[in-house]
Amino acid sequence: MDKLKIANKEFSSRLLSGTGKFRDKADIKEMLKQSGSQIITIALRRVNLENPQDNILNYIPKSTTLLPNTSGARDADEAIRIAHIAREVGCGNFIKIEVIHDAKYLMPDNEETIKATKILAKDGFVVLPYITPDIITCKKLEDAGASAVMPLGAPIGSNAGLQTKALLEMIIENSNLPVIVDAGIGLPSHAASAMELGADAVLINTAIATADNPPLMAEAFSMAIKAGRVAYLSKLQKSSKYANASSPLTGFLNL
Amino acid sequence: MSFLNILNKYDNFDFEEYLRSVDDEMVLSSLEKKRLDDFDFLNLLSPKAKSHIEALAKKAHEITVANFGYTINLYLPIYISNYCSSDCLYCGFSKKNRIQRKKLSLNEIEIEAQEIAKSKIKHILLLTGESRAVTPLKYLCDAVKILKKYFSFVAIEVYPMSQEDYEVLFNSGVDGLTVYQESYDKKIYESVHISGEKSNYEYRLETPQRGAEAGFRNINIGTLFGLGHILKEAFFSGLHAAYLSDRYLGCEFGLSLPRINDAEGHFKPNHILDDVTFVQIMCAYRLFLPRVEINISTRESADFRDNLLGICATKFSAGSKTEVGGYTKAKTEPQFEISDTRKSDAVIQRIQNLGYEPVYKNWENI
Repeated sequence: MDKLKIANKEFSSRLLSGTGKFRDKADIKEMLKQSGSQIITIALRRVNLENPQDNILNYIPKSTTLLPNTSGARDADEAIRIAHIAREVGCGNFIKIEVIHDAKYLMPDNEETIKATKILAKDGFVVLPYITPDIITCKKLEDAGASAVMPLGAPIGSNAGLQTKALLEMIIENSNLPVIVDAGIGLPSHAASAMELGADAVLINTAIATADNPPLMAEAFSMAIKAGRVAYLSKLQKSSKYANASSPLTGFLNL
Repeated sequence: MSFLNILNKYDNFDFEEYLRSVDDEMVLSSLEKKRLDDFDFLNLLSPKAKSHIEALAKKAHEITVANFGYTINLYLPIYISNYCSSDCLYCGFSKKNRIQRKKLSLNEIEIEAQEIAKSKIKHILLLTGESRAVTPLKYLCDAVKILKKYFSFVAIEVYPMSQEDYEVLFNSGVDGLTVYQESYDKKIYESVHISGEKSNYEYRLETPQRGAEAGFRNINIGTLFGLGHILKEAFFSGLHAAYLSDRYLGCEFGLSLPRINDAEGHFKPNHILDDVTFVQIMCAYRLFLPRVEINISTRESADFRDNLLGICATKFSAGSKTEVGGYTKAKTEPQFEISDTRKSDAVIQRIQNLGYEPVYKNWENI
């Protein structure tokens, strides 16, 4: 399958995974193995920097690219400070900007996200901003130096599928950056749909972490993502509810 | 606009009659809804809903796992003073109680903090009795600065303050605020808070709002079950949390369900919150407010807490001491008796055995 390229790095898996909400941290390692996911997001606020024994980083193989996120940040300034801490403690220079000033629905603040992206990209970070799907925001993020965009499919943790499909389609059609659908994907079939639409990758956390068997569910997602990507590459046949007569409207023209 | 306007709307509402009118169909309909209105919430609190408690618990569990995963936030309280200028009939710290009073010096706070920091838990709740004179703003700010060296998240449970004072505390490093209304029934409130600053019902009612205006990230509220009519108190607590979460989107809100136990003063509760109703209320909170934190302290027994974890609790204290200086050299009376007396390590082990991830740290000092 074709490779996913973010900044100058290539990945053979198009599944991005997460470390939150697992019953048992030991499942994370197995989940990565079974799914082949090569990028994993991790909330810096949950990393115990002083106690290596409880440090979640111990469960992640060195070959996996860390995508620390700024969850908990309520504005650009807090996101920037968290990003710097993440880099200083050795999480690399990838950063997922998450600026949420809404504890009720957990919807991202696009305006503050653009601000943070501009500053962090200039500072050498590979910035992947998490956003409410909006095509204008995506264009501004491109100008701000983002390395990908991460529009949400549905509210975080909702498992509701591609509720924002019409908006995602616009973004996918117009974006010059990789589009990673993040949040709301509850089933492998949702992930396949996102890939069929032309998304470059998807990020799945809740649906894997809260499954009865997280590694097995991760494998299912991985397969669905591959299927969706191959379908996209093979150019999906447009579906139609009705049988098509060959030229019902222009047949009279004797072409 | 304050929550008082919402409360006043229910002045002439006949709760008894409404609760009698709730039937199985109404309960089941409210149970199935994605977004519950005030009356759905009340239906789930009704006596009729008790016969659907298993379904209620299952739904509450499902919503909790979707929103929080299999995790539980942990915190520890640190009592730094038990001086109090209010006379509250049910409280061990009441100024009328002849107990030994103690206020930790900054040096003692540091020693206590070092002891607590030996556990893995990075969230701390700083508590005092309600005495502005003995524990003024400056003292609290100094205490917070010490605690911030050892903990990544500091919340306070002290006397209610003005927004300006809260802003000073926020800038000193306070992340969260806990303030309980105790009772939403003004008459009952005034009858148990005899004198002192705490007797001002409205000032207390608007305290969480002032805290949210000041910028705190996390605010925990609740009623003290035992003072007022159980279901009404639960209903208004939920409405209060909904009111706040709708207005202050940037702040996380939590609900606690403290119920009166044997504190010094031997107050006999007017109403008893039994275990079944406790679980029912907790589940109704979850369905009404999917993202609210539900905090269960060590007032509850070990076994009861372990069971609540599997339903919809999201925050536990673990290995708590409620005496001033309790972690190093306890001498004073506790504010309330602890039921779950396990050490924090034992609670953590149990949480893991139950298939949950204990969250020791959920914020970074930035």
